[in-house]
Amino acid sequence: MLLRLDAEKCQGHNRCYALAPELFDVDEYGQSVLLVEGDVPAELHAKARLAVSNCPEYAISILVD
Amino acid sequence: MTDTVAPADTPGYEPPIFGDSPEGTHVWQRVPYNPDDYGPVSDFATDFDHGDPAYNPNAPEVWKELRDAKCPVAHSDRYGGMWVPITHDTVHEIAYDTQHFTSRSVVVSVGRPGDLSLPAPIGGAPPITSDPPFHAMARRLLLPAFAPKVIEPWETKVRELCVSLLDRLGDLTAGESIIDAAQQYAQHIPVSVIRQMLGFPEKDEELFRRFVHETLERINEEPGTRTGMDELGQYIFAQIQDHRENPRDDLTSYLMGTQIEGIEMNDEIVGGMVILLLIAGIDTTWSAIGSSLWHLAQHPEDHQRIIDDPEVMTFALEEFLRAYAPVTMARLVAEDTDFHGCPMKKDDWVLLPFPAANRDPHQFEDPDQFIVDRQENRHAAFGLGIHRCIGSNLARLELKVAIEEFVKRFPRFELAGDTRWSVGQIRGPREMPVRILDIAN
Repeated sequence: MLLRLDAEKCQGHNRCYALAPELFDVDEYGQSVLLVEGDVPAELHAKARLAVSNCPEYAISILVD
Repeated sequence: MTDTVAPADTPGYEPPIFGDSPEGTHVWQRVPYNPDDYGPVSDFATDFDHGDPAYNPNAPEVWKELRDAKCPVAHSDRYGGMWVPITHDTVHEIAYDTQHFTSRSVVVSVGRPGDLSLPAPIGGAPPITSDPPFHAMARRLLLPAFAPKVIEPWETKVRELCVSLLDRLGDLTAGESIIDAAQQYAQHIPVSVIRQMLGFPEKDEELFRRFVHETLERINEEPGTRTGMDELGQYIFAQIQDHRENPRDDLTSYLMGTQIEGIEMNDEIVGGMVILLLIAGIDTTWSAIGSSLWHLAQHPEDHQRIIDDPEVMTFALEEFLRAYAPVTMARLVAEDTDFHGCPMKKDDWVLLPFPAANRDPHQFEDPDQFIVDRQENRHAAFGLGIHRCIGSNLARLELKVAIEEFVKRFPRFELAGDTRWSVGQIRGPREMPVRILDIAN
């Protein structure tokens, strides 16, 4: 699984960081930062899907499932 | 905009007028509008009024009726002309379109901000009243103060506050005692927290509650009569003076020491931001806490689930925010535009009811069902686009801790009489008697 975070769309709702802190961090302005480069480990797939389906700005997407 | 500050004792110096209010911005009326000419709303599609006392208690039914009548955008001649999108799509589209819809005023009232107000794109209470490009500069100053990792450490203080408010309710008898969960509990939490962040005296908390009422609820009164707004301006000015003489480690001192594009902050901008934080942080969070407890009082099964499975709070919290989102924002039409067939004219009001978007069946499955562990929840309680609520992390923390401590202390409670709901853009219980059925030792 490959994830994409669109930094332009992120408005800092902080939902991904709350649901999947293994995959997302936040910077000092509260903007989301994607922590994984490349393949998302299988055990985090469910959390990745949660982050995607709770982002109000549709800033996170699954590129390869 | 000036970059120097005249001392208060300079002859002829007048303290700046602050705030996102008609009084704060030299109001003008677009057309003569007398609220007394209008009775209660009979048809929300053509005569929408969020200031009708019947609106907030019944808002979810109003949105459903409009949707069922295939009316995605309601209209009203009130307030000199107002449009009300109620679907997720239309609310989303307007929130994103800062070119056609300005944030110059975000509270609908009888008058509109006049030309003597701080000029666009700054507005009276930046950054909420600001448009691009100034918006991003002002917002960037505030964001670090409300970032998740800065807010997290407040949890201990918020928890102590909630516990002390519960202790202060005195001796209660299970099955008999009735408390007002809105007045005696919910409302005190955000007032105390934001006061501590801004570094204002504890004795002034009662004053803040009145300021909030003046700004957000008395929207139908004649411009110039809301005397509380002058008082609010003078109060903030005195606090800024006090912080200038006695700088300290709080948000007010921090803002006074910042710069925008190399220009020192002036009192107008600092005062506007402080008013924003004071007004925006209080009624809203109070409402969210109150509505959540209102729900739990009537749904013991959800209450029990939170007690049995504390982990569910991650999802429950967002479901409370979705189903009972307190905040409806507003915009002014910046230039004539055709919005899906609606002929919107410059200076028409546009309400942005995020709570209505949160109950759109095209966006949410079973939107009128409260699902305590809803897994897919892209709710818009904190807005959409560049004006996402800057205090959202703080609001979430206060809401979470307030619910946790209340249900821990009172494992069962029920409504005990009529709940009185707010009037206007912020929706929540203002008086909510509940009977305490069980008290934890």
